[in-house]
Amino acid sequence: MLRLEQRPQPSRAWSVASPLLALLLTMVIGVILFAALGKDPVRGLQVFLWEPVSSPGRIGELLVKVTPLLIIALGLAVCFRSNVWNIGAEGQYVIGALLAGGVALLAAKDTTRWIVVPIVFAGIAGGMLWAGVTAFLRDRFNANEILVSLMLVYVAEQLLNYMVFGPWKDPQGYNFPQSKTFEAVTEIPRLMAGSRVSVGIVIALVAAAALWVFLFRTRAGFAQQVGGLAPNAARYAGFSSRRALWTALLVSGGAAGLAGALQVAGPIGQLTPYVPEGYGFAAIIVAFVGRLHPVGTVFSALLMSMFYIGGELAQSRLGLPKSLTGVFQGLLLFTLLACDTLIAYRIRWTRTHS
Amino acid sequence: MDAYAFLIAATLNAGTVLALAAIGLLINEKAGIVNLGAEGMMLCAAIAGFAAVVHTGNDWLGFAAGIAVGAGLAAIFGVLVIWLNTNQYATGLALSLFGAGFSAFAGIKYVQEKLPERPHFEIPFLADIPFFGPALFKQHPMVYFAIALVVALVWFLDRSRSGLVMRSIGESPSSAHALGYPVRRIRLLAVVAGGALCGLAGAYISVIYTPLWVEGMVAGKGWIALALTTFGTWRPLRVLLGAYLFGGVTMLQFHLQGTGVDIPSQFLTMLPYIATVVVLALISRNPAWIRVNMPASLGKPFYPGS
Repeated sequence: MLRLEQRPQPSRAWSVASPLLALLLTMVIGVILFAALGKDPVRGLQVFLWEPVSSPGRIGELLVKVTPLLIIALGLAVCFRSNVWNIGAEGQYVIGALLAGGVALLAAKDTTRWIVVPIVFAGIAGGMLWAGVTAFLRDRFNANEILVSLMLVYVAEQLLNYMVFGPWKDPQGYNFPQSKTFEAVTEIPRLMAGSRVSVGIVIALVAAAALWVFLFRTRAGFAQQVGGLAPNAARYAGFSSRRALWTALLVSGGAAGLAGALQVAGPIGQLTPYVPEGYGFAAIIVAFVGRLHPVGTVFSALLMSMFYIGGELAQSRLGLPKSLTGVFQGLLLFTLLACDTLIAYRIRWTRTHS
Repeated sequence: MDAYAFLIAATLNAGTVLALAAIGLLINEKAGIVNLGAEGMMLCAAIAGFAAVVHTGNDWLGFAAGIAVGAGLAAIFGVLVIWLNTNQYATGLALSLFGAGFSAFAGIKYVQEKLPERPHFEIPFLADIPFFGPALFKQHPMVYFAIALVVALVWFLDRSRSGLVMRSIGESPSSAHALGYPVRRIRLLAVVAGGALCGLAGAYISVIYTPLWVEGMVAGKGWIALALTTFGTWRPLRVLLGAYLFGGVTMLQFHLQGTGVDIPSQFLTMLPYIATVVVLALISRNPAWIRVNMPASLGKPFYPGS
């Protein structure tokens, strides 16, 4: 029978090969899925893996989706490395978007272009505030952060709904639940004319580099992670676990809030009930598939937004539902976790002794 | 008077969904495994159950389909977590995210479907008692089944030998292994049983509770069920009471909306989620309450021979 045998040392080769094998397995399952739906599997794979990168315009759209995914996932990487399980990034994103949108609504036609700065900071503050609630309840009451942060997602969505159905509803909006469209000055500057890509992507890449420095080159970054790896050692070394908890949640919340601000004052341009697009949940997968490493996260964010675009294309090209995106993202995380077993263990065939 | 009887009946009905799932999760947590995939399993089971009823017209086949899907997904989760030693939290999350996507995908052609009028159940004689009849004895059989299940589980955990073995595996898998118990097989069994009950809960939602299919219709009930195991400090009866309490909060929300109280509906919709957070914080505040019944090796991986 099949047996797992612990390797004396984790295999470096497999830690590189495992994501590739996971992607391959996801594709194989995808092919089976397409075939089962009576669609041409080759065409299906083409839509998911080739079309999203087939033209400069498409690559632009890819980067538009990479921006929030990457920013949120980087924050979550800090969190998960500290063994803090914040899975409510979606809620922090929504509150970030809500506060940023609130500032954007204050703008008039003659407001200066600098309004963008308070918009971005309002987003960050909103995300930190929402994650701070989780940190407080965990710190003060020992409440499980997984459940608290997740419940707060539903609360955040209802707050957004309340604002767009109530106080912030556009009086000229034909009774649609949406705020008025933000003034042009509030728009996050674009990287190039003619493309929807904003400076957000630059912020995301700078954040990835900064995170690398923080995690692997500073004492604070080291202290932040030790608690997650070896709580006893951390206590012995005098690293505060409370401080690590607050840092983890405020950093990841701030990142999610920033992503919300960039999105709402960027591609969306107004507040609607459709602001939450699931980026906060997809970013969890991005962080894991990127092995909680800044560089890996950049690649996995690219891959994951390919799945997003692929899902949208599958809708128009193949008549398949957009939710296929979630299926592929979930499958990738599943297969990756399974393949990662090969890093620490090798598989052996042994005869059963009875 | 009738309004209160109706509120109690509705509370029991809503609480049953949570109770079924929470009891399932309790079983697998007693064996030491946390499955954050509850929400995903419930969603997949909800669409499976709904589709089965649409095609066969038989509710019980719908429940069976829900159970099968829940158990199947839990088995995949179990093999990954128990044999391949993947991180329980990450794997459970993967299951929830996959389940949300997959159920939406599988359910796309059922969005417009509606089930015909559901059959009406009542217990003869008892249902005729004023007030108590309509409040307690005109429920779907599943409501009583959930209560019976909790009673059976109390007996199983506290009085039976197999229950003792299962609990010992949740407390100290290495000792249980040393005594010769097949730790991993028993854990898998507990996880599959948990998945089956989450599946039943999911199917109950789409077949009886709100007989239609809407994307994401489980709406966090899987997560609330997870919170309920902590809330009930891993005791089945307390978990059941917790489920009714939360069922009551959910129903209160609709009741208040119906009576036209001047609170925006969004704030009422928030109620069950806020209640979960508040109650979780209050219960967790006292570490002693939590520790007494919490399985000692909950969430920790076990690899025989390591």
